[in-house]
Amino acid sequence: MKQKRRVRVMVAKPGLDGHDRGARIIARAYRDAGFEVVYTGLHQTPEEIVEAAIQEDVDMIGLSSLAGAHNYLFPAVVQLLRERGADDIVVCGGGIIPEDDIKTLKTAGVKAVFTPGTPLDQIVKWVEENVSPRS
Amino acid sequence: MSSIAEKVVAGDIRTVARLIRDIDDGMPEVREVLKELYPHTGNAYVIGITGSPGVGKSTLVDQMVAHIRKRDKTVGVLAVDPTSPFSGGAILGDRVRMQRHSMDPGVFIRSLATRGHFGGLTQSTRSAIDVLDAMGKDYILVETVGVGQDEVDVVRSAHTTVIVVIPGMGDDIQAIKAGILEVGDIFLINKADREGADKTLSDLRLMIEMDQKKYEEGGWKPPILKVEAVFDKGIEEFLQAVDQHAAYLAKTEGGLDFRGNQNKVREELREMVKARLLEEALERLTESGEFDRAVESIVKKKVDPYTACEDLVLPILDQ
Repeated sequence: MKQKRRVRVMVAKPGLDGHDRGARIIARAYRDAGFEVVYTGLHQTPEEIVEAAIQEDVDMIGLSSLAGAHNYLFPAVVQLLRERGADDIVVCGGGIIPEDDIKTLKTAGVKAVFTPGTPLDQIVKWVEENVSPRS
Repeated sequence: MSSIAEKVVAGDIRTVARLIRDIDDGMPEVREVLKELYPHTGNAYVIGITGSPGVGKSTLVDQMVAHIRKRDKTVGVLAVDPTSPFSGGAILGDRVRMQRHSMDPGVFIRSLATRGHFGGLTQSTRSAIDVLDAMGKDYILVETVGVGQDEVDVVRSAHTTVIVVIPGMGDDIQAIKAGILEVGDIFLINKADREGADKTLSDLRLMIEMDQKKYEEGGWKPPILKVEAVFDKGIEEFLQAVDQHAAYLAKTEGGLDFRGNQNKVREELREMVKARLLEEALERLTESGEFDRAVESIVKKKVDPYTACEDLVLPILDQ
């Protein structure tokens, strides 16, 4: 029987912050939604994340940052994807991100930003509506 | 050659990554590409690594990659993790242990989920191996959780099959004995600094020595090695054992080229035919609605499942 295209996403922790509880919970929610979730672990550089995303052929990268460096790290991932001709990969982010920064990040090409307290099913729904498995 | 096949052979990462996705997603178009790639395969040395969850397979693979790179050889890794039977999703976490290699152009790492393939895990992983082979990787490491026939079949298709255990797994070794002990070419006791490593060693040795007759007739006797993957201990010795196994294979019938080996080809072709027949037949029965109608009839007690099965299968075989 024909296999159906499955959504593949990557959950990544860029930079130096060492807390990946949120990232793990998100990964679990994605799995329960039927996505294949590649998890990269902590302390990743934007370069490592982009390279992994390309090798894994994911449809989306979800970046998690709690340490305040999101204004550098998130746009860096978007920019590198562009340079590699892989800007069809959707980038979204989550974590402790001030309201003002969200606008900046969206201008830089981050498609969505989820702050603490966002219900998991709302995030999953956003992915289902905005990320399609490659056709 | 199509441009996709050309790009794969040239080692283009994005093309390789997308082709593996297409294989996994069961896209029929990939068959033509795989046909074109076949003449470019058969050069890589494939090592299968299996063992229960938590024995340290991913950490071991990470160290293997580092050591193989020191030999100036390139590596492809396929890390298979289970799909949740409930949601169809999967968390593929093997990469966490290997991310330090992600910027190394000589290393390609891909995580695969078992999905719900009809015995097709073997098929799609083998095709993925062919793709990495065609892109020119010298070594291909395939990591699977050693439970279930499919996972065992996957590593069985490797040149060298490595079974990883840890100390204190008394009962688990019993479980291995039934299924995959026979397929191990090398046994590793990982986390060997833990208590009970020697006991595990003697348990394994006892089981392996039971095949004494086979070794006396010139068969390969699987070595049992102690390693501590996380501390990078014993990995070089382990890779030397892989080399010895490769040298042994080279002297056997057909040598390292499995495509010149009757038994291997037979087994592989059987898998391929099986997967294709199943795919085509089920698709036809589902699309025509016959399958659902049969289910309905059984539920309504109009027919027994044995008759229904015959009614579905026989007409297809007649064609």
